[in-house]
Amino acid sequence: MAELSYREAVAYGIAQEMRRDPRLVMLGEDIAAAGGVFKTTVGLLEEFGPDRVRDTPISEQAIIGAAMGAAMTGIPVIAELMFSDFIAVTWDMIANEIAKTRYMTNGQVTLPLVIRTANGGGVRFGAQHSQSVENWCMMIPGLKVVAPATPTDVVGLMAASVRDPDPVIFFEHKALMATSEEIPDGEIVDTLGTARIRREGTDLTIAALAAMVPRALEAAEMLAADGISAEVIDVRSLVPLDTRTILQSVAKTGRFYTVEENPRVLGWGAELVSIVSHEAFWDLDGPCVRITTPHIPLPAASSLEDLAIPSVQKIYETVKRTIGGAP
Amino acid sequence: MPTDTADPRYDYALRPPRLPQPVDESLASAPIDLDVRLEMYRKLHLLRQWSKRAHDLFLQNLVKGTTHLSLGQEAVAAAFSSAMRPDDYTFATYRGHAHSLSRGMDPGEALAELLGRKNGVLGGKGGSMHLTDVTRGMMGSYAIIGAHLCIANGAAWSAQMRGTGQVAVCFFGDGTTNIGAFHEALNMAKIWNLPVVFVCENNLYMEYTPIDLVTAVPRPAADRAPAYGLEPIVVDGNDPDAVYLVAREAIERARRGEGPSLIEAQTYRHGGHSRADPGKYRPQSEVEAWKARDPIPMYHDRLLKLGTPEATLTGIERQVAEVVDAATEFAKNGPEPGLEDLLVNVWADGGAEWRN
Ligand SMILES: Cc1ncc(C[n+]2csc(CCOP(=O)(O)OP(=O)(O)O)c2C)c(N)n1
Ligand SMILES: [Mg+2]
Repeated sequence: MAELSYREAVAYGIAQEMRRDPRLVMLGEDIAAAGGVFKTTVGLLEEFGPDRVRDTPISEQAIIGAAMGAAMTGIPVIAELMFSDFIAVTWDMIANEIAKTRYMTNGQVTLPLVIRTANGGGVRFGAQHSQSVENWCMMIPGLKVVAPATPTDVVGLMAASVRDPDPVIFFEHKALMATSEEIPDGEIVDTLGTARIRREGTDLTIAALAAMVPRALEAAEMLAADGISAEVIDVRSLVPLDTRTILQSVAKTGRFYTVEENPRVLGWGAELVSIVSHEAFWDLDGPCVRITTPHIPLPAASSLEDLAIPSVQKIYETVKRTIGGAP
Repeated sequence: MPTDTADPRYDYALRPPRLPQPVDESLASAPIDLDVRLEMYRKLHLLRQWSKRAHDLFLQNLVKGTTHLSLGQEAVAAAFSSAMRPDDYTFATYRGHAHSLSRGMDPGEALAELLGRKNGVLGGKGGSMHLTDVTRGMMGSYAIIGAHLCIANGAAWSAQMRGTGQVAVCFFGDGTTNIGAFHEALNMAKIWNLPVVFVCENNLYMEYTPIDLVTAVPRPAADRAPAYGLEPIVVDGNDPDAVYLVAREAIERARRGEGPSLIEAQTYRHGGHSRADPGKYRPQSEVEAWKARDPIPMYHDRLLKLGTPEATLTGIERQVAEVVDAATEFAKNGPEPGLEDLLVNVWADGGAEWRN
């Protein structure tokens, strides 16, 4: 057992996979000598050398294109995009090329690649360096999408993503970088497409992702003090999506909430609510409720960003207000 | 708003035509084996006859959607493919039929793909703009301008890491030199010393717009080369021998570990940009001058002058005609793909499930 921060877990997980597979390489801006802008790749250059840990120019299309070309010719790749907002700069590569090539070629091309990127707000970087963009990727057929909430999950889901033969977009949350926990000894390998029940409960189900998971857990603690028992599910993987765990939970609790950092419209929670309201309709005792950031670009000021992103208090109050049937 | 002063840049009667250079007759004595030349001749005919057939089938409404033919530009594909090793990589654009066929894609499977048939090389899922045959090193045809230059870099990087000596050759148009990905790709190829050859097929038009109206320099690729530490290389793209010599040199350079090249092959498309585009935006004298520089009759004459019997050449032409007829039958007789194909091959497990 070792105590590891979320930030350290990224390099730890990558190193585990690079030791296992000598073909695996990574590329990105400032990832080698500098150890990454978020210090998530510290030590990798020293252990694996500059041919396997490559610094690149500020050329997001060339970075992701190179990852694709290498992957399709038998080299598994981890590419880093410094901020997830920059996905927009290379969206053609991700949405049009990487996501579609396997289908368009009827299976001729296999793309074992992972795109890692720092996602989310809470660090006062303003609208262009704080977005939660996992939904952008979730809506494109052909991409797998993962967003871990804990250091252990960072390591295990990193391994699962690298070993998966399909392209995976791996969202590392900026606001979680400093959080830490004891992680198990030995090789850690998790499974894509599996949600985790983080807290068991009987009165309502809360589905949350990444930085919203600890907030949902804290809110559940406050609700428990009021005699309300919330089950908190860490969704972890948006594609593939573990709807079974969520539907089973709703069958037990009869109420469904989502906590999403993304702006309101078309968040992953909307898809989950649609699934729950269709497939668990007769289990429901009340309306499904989504708790999200308002549909605005994220502001920079601390006070405003805190008002925008769902807080523990907001989750607690929303549940308290609506669980009795109020809108 | 109607204006009474016509813009001379868009008045095709006033625009000076951009004419081809004369044939360099000295290329007849270039050091190129006769069997390579005959193979290039066969490819020229295959690409020409197959593409004409594809156009006929389009006009018969058997090819839906769109097609982008390379009629007139065949020498580039025929010559480059002949200078490549079987395990080298080709990356092409939506105008990728010639590059696919010249790497050995089955002409019937290629045509069936255009017809949207199950026996198409992509099972009907990709269509005309995405021909791919990984088993033959044809790594894809890409329809969003610019992306595949970056992807070709990745394949070259992979070859470099694996130490296989493979080279990636990436074809694109003049218009593509104005998108950011072109510049990102050249810079990365140079700094990483990648075994990649970038080939700009300058056919003087991006879709319907003359390239000089939208480009800061007269030679869209060659004039950009020095910015990336590369030699400006221009070649007569309508002469298979000229292209072959330049291709062989650039590919062998890359194979020796001496890095990337950027080649501008000057050529012209005989037809329109796509579908049934009549190409009326081009001065008639320009079209005629380039048609008179058609690579096929020129190469036919050169081979005769080199002593090849006429019967050998007509034999090649006849054999290609049979291949194209057989390909047509194969394509027309293919079934349409159905529900059993729709949800297949999104993921490596063969399926399309995104939830449990
Ligand atoms: C990013 C992008 N912008 C625009 C288009 C539409 N488009 C398709 S082909 C083409 C012209 C390309 O010209 P060029 O690179 O010279 O190639 P050519 O068609 O002449 O072979 C354009 C603008 C596209 N496919 N992708
Ligand atoms: Mg062009």
